[in-house]
Amino acid sequence: MRNKFLFRVCVLVLAISLVTPLFADNHGSILDKVKNRGKLVCGVHGGLPGFGFLGEDGKWSGFDADFGRAIAAAVLGDPSKVEFVPLNAAERFTALQTGEIDVLIRNTTWTLSRDAELSTDFTPPTFYDGQGFMLPKSLKITSIKELGGASIGVTAGSTTELNLTDTMRSLGLEFNPVSYADIDTLYNSYDARRVDVVTSDKSQLVARRKDLKNPDDHVILDVTISKEPLGPLTIHGDNKWNDVVSWVVYATFFAEEHNITQENVKTFKTENPEIKRFLGESGTMGEKLGLPEDWAKQVIMAVGNYGEIFERNLTPIGLPRGVNKPWTQGGLLYSMPFR
Amino acid sequence: MENTAITQEVKPPNTKKGPVKWLKDNLFNTWYNTILTCLGLAFLFFVFKGVFTWVFTQADWEVIPANLQIFSIGPYPLEQIWRVSTVIYGLAVLLGLSAGIWNGLTRQITVAIGCIGAIILLLPFHIPVREHALIATVILAVSFAIGRNKDNWKRWVVVGWVLSFPWTMMMLHGFGAGTVSTTMWGGLLLTLILAAVGIVACFPLGVLLALGRRSQLPAIRWVSTVYIETIRGVPLITLLFMGSILLPIFMPGDFQLDKVIRAMVALTLFSAAYMAENVRGGLQAIPSGQVEAAQAVGLTYPKTMLFIVLPQALRAVIPAIVGQFISLFKDTSLVSIVGLVDLLGVARSVLGNAEWIGLQPEVYLFVAAIYFVFCYAMSFVSQKIESDLGVGKH
Repeated sequence: MRNKFLFRVCVLVLAISLVTPLFADNHGSILDKVKNRGKLVCGVHGGLPGFGFLGEDGKWSGFDADFGRAIAAAVLGDPSKVEFVPLNAAERFTALQTGEIDVLIRNTTWTLSRDAELSTDFTPPTFYDGQGFMLPKSLKITSIKELGGASIGVTAGSTTELNLTDTMRSLGLEFNPVSYADIDTLYNSYDARRVDVVTSDKSQLVARRKDLKNPDDHVILDVTISKEPLGPLTIHGDNKWNDVVSWVVYATFFAEEHNITQENVKTFKTENPEIKRFLGESGTMGEKLGLPEDWAKQVIMAVGNYGEIFERNLTPIGLPRGVNKPWTQGGLLYSMPFR
Repeated sequence: MENTAITQEVKPPNTKKGPVKWLKDNLFNTWYNTILTCLGLAFLFFVFKGVFTWVFTQADWEVIPANLQIFSIGPYPLEQIWRVSTVIYGLAVLLGLSAGIWNGLTRQITVAIGCIGAIILLLPFHIPVREHALIATVILAVSFAIGRNKDNWKRWVVVGWVLSFPWTMMMLHGFGAGTVSTTMWGGLLLTLILAAVGIVACFPLGVLLALGRRSQLPAIRWVSTVYIETIRGVPLITLLFMGSILLPIFMPGDFQLDKVIRAMVALTLFSAAYMAENVRGGLQAIPSGQVEAAQAVGLTYPKTMLFIVLPQALRAVIPAIVGQFISLFKDTSLVSIVGLVDLLGVARSVLGNAEWIGLQPEVYLFVAAIYFVFCYAMSFVSQKIESDLGVGKH
């Protein structure tokens, strides 16, 4: 009786393991899948000021959502052919690995572990962030070394907390970390002076400072204690698709370098052979990527160049360009050559 | 000196009535009650003063009307909104007919819903919203008039209610070019769908599990018991996370289970376990004589359960079952943590809009008010059902 039962379980397990490969992925590139589907599926943040949120008209808006639209414009020639899936921090990588989304653009920091351990590939960062400190001006502190003994508010379980501890330890400073599970609680407590200092990504500090009782009474220190390069991700091993997403990002950089804007892209006159290739007037740049020849033109027509995307989404929340400027102006945005 | 005894006066009985007398008797009858009353009044005054000044002078309520569209339907595309209104009209027809055919509670509920439609009509919503409310209310009234005294239609209306469920889903999703994928479902619409699916699906599953746990067959009994105890032993949020993170990894290759469906499954499985225990409580209250009598007249097990035991058992546990439905309705808000934009998810997203940042109190109060309206309505209906069935009276 017992043996018979075991035997049946074994047969069942065997059968399942034999059948499973039949359903396995057919290993086509996501690029082809997106074309066949006629729609891009893009993972975004469910509510992050400036980057991803649901607009009043029911359409996903923000810096990250605009890059999703740019990819749809390049591949399908229509920025509206994109479906956004809001994701939380824990499920974002699973959604990418299982093919639920084609590309993940959700404030994700490029780190070695994520690149190597998770089945994901990064594309060029679209936003260089870094962790900083905000504190009341009245404390008259100008450098991180004077923060000894301060109570510092931070969100729990994030790399932010780890960076803080590492930095303070390496400086040999005593401090009192106060962890909050919720971002809103963190800033409310800071505003109520329950903690002296608050630390987070600088983009967040700037966005939240506007919201304090007296924004002018607070200062963000110049020091940046961590690098947070944020960019789109694709699934590991699909190089064709990764190339497409990467070059869409480069296209927005390139357009800003050469002052090609949403407004003038249609009528842009040039003898520069590289710009001609960029606009699809000569060469076979599109064919090489598996895209229409006017893909870059479509991207700029849809969302504009990098500077325009930035000004539309991040300037209103008070973010300065900082290092997110073209390399020609001393920033970090550097498009690879279009040839 | 002898006459002094009879001059003692007796006061007439106090015949004063009215609020002053009531206050004197209840709030100021002793010195310590007077102090307590004054302290209480002072406390209430400061609380209400704070609340009222905030609500009427400091709060920025503009965030609510500006985002009313996404609060109600989330990212559902406006050009497909006719799908939602068609569903509402269909439900209005069914409701109207039912109210015409059945008297009593159904009619009261229908009248209440008709009043809500009329109120929406008068409130300063966008014109299209009011048009839809008007059409729905008219449809409700007309089908009520048609359905009166049409007793022979009963069967068809019941069939209609059963079919309304798949019809709603198909209508909202659509076919071909006009498909609205479930990732576009959101706001109150998604909350209501999740709650409705959970409530409708968990009830039969719960009854089966309750019967299974009391079964004579060890295999069924053990499976049911293990299921109930396992599910009750984990928080709902872990089930939702398992649905959204673990399940897709186990799925083979290209096969993807929809995110909304995963949440529906998790909610249903979770509530079914609790429902099973509620129903089992009712089953235990039925004296064994009932079952024995049913067997004696030759009823089979399904018939005994269906016609003798369950009607009595379920009637006894209506409050517990409705309590379960209410908590299921509120539990749907947890799906916002796994990235669905239900009512609470929309609230979070609105607060992520740079324009409305920092308006947490206004937004969350509004959402809380909506949840309260729905939960209280459910509770009210359950009280009505109880009094109609005479639960607790005989």
